[in-house]
Amino acid sequence: MKIRKSAGEIIFDSFNYIFLGLLCFTMLYPILYVIFASFSNPIKLMAYRGPLLRPLDFSVEAYKLLLSYPMIWIGYRNTIIYVVLGTAINILLTTMGGYVLSRKNLKLKNPIMFFIAFTMYFSGGMIPTYLLVQSLGMIDTIWAMIIPGAISTTNLIIMRTGFHAVPDSLEESARIDGAGDWTILFRIMIPLAMPMIAVMILFYAVGHWNAFFNAIIYLRSRELYPLQLVLREILIMSSTENMTTGISDASDRFAVTELIKYAAIVVSTVPILCIYPFLQKYFVKGVMIGAIKE
Amino acid sequence: MNKWQELRKDLIRNRNLYLMLLPIVAYYFIFHYIPIYGLQIAFKDFNPAKGIWGSQWVGLEKFKEFFVYDSFYVWRIIRNTILINVYDIIFGFPAPIIFALLLNEVKNSMYKRTLQTISYMPHFISTVVLVGIILDFFSRDGLINQILKSLGLLSEPISFMTEPGWFRPIYVGSGIWQQLGWNSIIYLAAISNIDPQLYEAAKIDGAGRFRQALYVTLPGIMPTIIIMFILRVGSIMNVGFEKVFLMYNPLTYETADVISTYVYRKGLLEMDYSYGAAVGLFNSLINFALVVLTNQLSKRFTETSLW
Repeated sequence: MKIRKSAGEIIFDSFNYIFLGLLCFTMLYPILYVIFASFSNPIKLMAYRGPLLRPLDFSVEAYKLLLSYPMIWIGYRNTIIYVVLGTAINILLTTMGGYVLSRKNLKLKNPIMFFIAFTMYFSGGMIPTYLLVQSLGMIDTIWAMIIPGAISTTNLIIMRTGFHAVPDSLEESARIDGAGDWTILFRIMIPLAMPMIAVMILFYAVGHWNAFFNAIIYLRSRELYPLQLVLREILIMSSTENMTTGISDASDRFAVTELIKYAAIVVSTVPILCIYPFLQKYFVKGVMIGAIKE
Repeated sequence: MNKWQELRKDLIRNRNLYLMLLPIVAYYFIFHYIPIYGLQIAFKDFNPAKGIWGSQWVGLEKFKEFFVYDSFYVWRIIRNTILINVYDIIFGFPAPIIFALLLNEVKNSMYKRTLQTISYMPHFISTVVLVGIILDFFSRDGLINQILKSLGLLSEPISFMTEPGWFRPIYVGSGIWQQLGWNSIIYLAAISNIDPQLYEAAKIDGAGRFRQALYVTLPGIMPTIIIMFILRVGSIMNVGFEKVFLMYNPLTYETADVISTYVYRKGLLEMDYSYGAAVGLFNSLINFALVVLTNQLSKRFTETSLW
């Protein structure tokens, strides 16, 4: 049976569909603009006014200049190291912690949970943390990018919720078969919680990919800079002189500078934007479990 | 059997579990509790050569320096921290709720999924890139000025990024742009948990779509809205360092400088560690008070609390 829509509903639906379409267009368009601009001819783009609907006079000049700049590659390499090593440590600790704290028969579980949760509400702040990292000798080492953020409390709580969902009977039958705690964790719990762990990997990895706060505070040598710090120099401090030294004309150089910024955005963001729609359902799941908290 | 014996038995029986927990407890102890202990430098004249222990106690001297001598800056950073949050709560908080309600009315699942996928996208852009795009679009000859000019809305280009009056609108607006879709996930999930029978009943009572949204959907997600609101209010003092740090410049300090960026400049750049720690401690205390307060409110109104 088809229910006929009233005139009011039809008007509302049309407006709603168009409004949401426009809204999402404004979310997408800045990203598209940057992509179009990055593939444009620098001189043409300089003279152009207004929104772009496609690249102006297609050119990959900006990418050539950007990718010939060694810092981009150093940044990429470091970010990949931080993502892989950092995420591995994050996952190991978060999984172990989440598993133990989801067990019911531990006497010290609640005091330890309080000990952990308290840090979500009160912290020493930037300066004492900096002095600690300094006294541990981690300043200007890759460890400063990895160890101080080894566990995210929110993610630990999400993980604990995930392990709660595993039925007790599975654990009991494994125990009867003679399995110890380590076997139960690695052979039973982790495989069962794999979708949950996938969510955690994504959350942590995106976090490391986009991180720059620790880098700005703890790193000194440029050889350790993550991609985001290299991007900051290009995008925000506009230091592209190193890449444009071959261009003698000042206005040409300015035009290319602008274009290099667009190319840098594309090069650093597109990998994530390309994989994210495939991982969307996992992310969404993580957000939903994260919101439940207890 | 007394308490201690029971505890000993528990420690022995679950030794493997406690062993697994050891690195986690060690992490929290070192990276969260030692800095809390280190906060005592707010009451000392910290000298790196002497260390935390050896430095001279000065009592509330650093706080006095902050509140009395630098009072101009204190009120500015407190005002900016709070105002940025108030604007974000007024404009940024309802936006994902409205978006979720409107999206819920889209019955074509293909279209709905496309809209969702696009709306989550900006969330994955890093803060550096986001601010890079903002600086570019809002520059004097950037896209925004070009569009406004071609629409005849202004004759002279506005220099958005160096104009203190524009900092908060751009900060809050770009935050909405980035997080609107992502933050709507939780409300969409709450909507999908509403009992369909309630809609049937409303339909029988003659409620149209608008009334269903108003009398069924909205009350249905109210508990979620309240919890999210309380959590949001509890983080007022924690305005993100990253985005402000990347977006501001000396010309916009007047409206942009917040507590965390001030702590960074004074404490780390000027290496006045004790002063920075004192400002940070002041911030943490207010934040803690806000969390406790909002938790009490939460208990009272929603039966949900953080502890």
